[in-house]
Amino acid sequence: MTSLPTHTEKALGLVIDLDICVGCHACVVNCKEWNTGGYGAPLSDQNPYGADPVGSWLNRIHTFEVEASDGSGCSSSEAQILANGKDARIVHFPKSCLHCEDAPCVTVCPTGASYKRTEDGIVLVNEDWCIGCGLCAWSCPYGAREMDAAEGVMKKCTLCVDRIYNENIPEEDREPACVRTCPANARHFGDFSDPNSDVSVMVAERGGMDLMPEQGTKPVNKYLPPRPKSRPVQSAPSDLAALAEPEAKGFLGWLDSALEKMG
Amino acid sequence: MHPASSIIVFTTLSGMGFGLIAMLGLGAAPSDGTAGLVVCALSFILTGIGLASSTFHLGHPERAWRALTQWRSSWLSREGVLAVVTLGIFAIYAALWVFAADRVAVVGILLTLLSLVTVYATAMIYGSLKTVPRWRTGLTPLCYLLFAVAGGALLAATVSALMGHGAENTLYAALVLMVIAWGAKFVWWNRSDRTTLASIGSSPETATGLGDIGKVRLLEAPHSSPNYLMKEMVYRVGRKHAQKLRLMAVALGGGIPVLALLAAVVSAGGGFILVIAVLSHLVGMMTERWLFFAEAEHSVSLYYGHR
Repeated sequence: MTSLPTHTEKALGLVIDLDICVGCHACVVNCKEWNTGGYGAPLSDQNPYGADPVGSWLNRIHTFEVEASDGSGCSSSEAQILANGKDARIVHFPKSCLHCEDAPCVTVCPTGASYKRTEDGIVLVNEDWCIGCGLCAWSCPYGAREMDAAEGVMKKCTLCVDRIYNENIPEEDREPACVRTCPANARHFGDFSDPNSDVSVMVAERGGMDLMPEQGTKPVNKYLPPRPKSRPVQSAPSDLAALAEPEAKGFLGWLDSALEKMG
Repeated sequence: MHPASSIIVFTTLSGMGFGLIAMLGLGAAPSDGTAGLVVCALSFILTGIGLASSTFHLGHPERAWRALTQWRSSWLSREGVLAVVTLGIFAIYAALWVFAADRVAVVGILLTLLSLVTVYATAMIYGSLKTVPRWRTGLTPLCYLLFAVAGGALLAATVSALMGHGAENTLYAALVLMVIAWGAKFVWWNRSDRTTLASIGSSPETATGLGDIGKVRLLEAPHSSPNYLMKEMVYRVGRKHAQKLRLMAVALGGGIPVLALLAAVVSAGGGFILVIAVLSHLVGMMTERWLFFAEAEHSVSLYYGHR
């Protein structure tokens, strides 16, 4: 049934901290690894070792350059200076399904293969019903759905539904593969319907934001904006060469200055 | 958006086929059994090829029947259900016409309405997508509907002329509808040129949420080679030829058919020239539909540095 539930008991999703993400792609790789062996059809690659490889991925990292408009983002003395002389900062930007409250990908599905779960709000695809028409990919503003070229069905982030409830794996592993693997701790998993959950608190404290709110999709996943960069103290440049000299006092100091004078 | 040939064939042929059924329902084409056989067969061929073609791009065509189940929420599903219902009723109407030379007027009117609603549903598959601003307008279904009935009227007039029947009313209807349809398309094009992602307030800044810091530009794409999303939704090939192709679409899809219809009105016949008009119209419509997809920008492109 592709009508959306009016209410979900939980709203499970991710918080992605854009201040912390270093763009290492570990989440991308671990996502692919887990979801190739787990839920549903494997994520296939076409021509993986050839000149023009393509494949299905549920999580991709884009890297953006943000050019400061008013200097609030970074200071003039930063290393990241564009050729055109303006301030810029680099933001690594992981993107996967946002498990939207008003998920357009679910309602456009003609078969009932796409659905949003009432119990936890996860948006899933029943791969036995999917006809691979691709309309859900067209309706998603974020590019969260990809057609698997080998299976002919739509693949999307499952929020690792086969990990988070899986009693056969150690408890600490019962979170999405991307969250579990992130070496920088830039990704967090939790229930947004609980205002006291870690993710809700994080979003409240850091001003977590929605992507493309104008699309009206009400994404569950939130992004934490990069923190403003601190400005280094502006002062006259020090004589670094002098600092490198060993300090000489007393007799050695007198000898040192006397020998200097002799040239 | 990627202009898949299966989708172009689907929307143009099934549009024309259901447009023909709509015109037949209103009494177009001669009422004898032979003419009935020809036009009804033509309707079935056009809608049949169109609908079959729509399944060609599916990953699992054998499951296409499942697409008839979600009519409550999905325009694609509604389109499928309406097409099946319309063609089912049309089969009965056609059988009565061909074998009993009896065109049941009430059923005809019902078929006209159902055909129009089917074409409306086809258009709404695209017209309802928020992600493609230039499609999201009431003008999209209006154009689809007008092109369907204009093409249908042209076909009905052509068959009538070929079978030696005068069909002045149908000729006039085709002429008027053809002009109005392209007029509506001009309005659609005019709007689409002004309706961009930026004009609805979407930008790389809103897509990333980084607008508070400054202007956002893609530095590195997720992978070194293009992916499904880019091929499907960040399709930009041929946009530079858009103006030439628009001219071609208007000339072939509207200009030549209108001239041929005028000639047919004057010469009171002109079956052959109308056949050329039909073929020209079809090529023009496919060009128009190619542009409909190829020119459309999708919000995913904001993540890939293309507009």
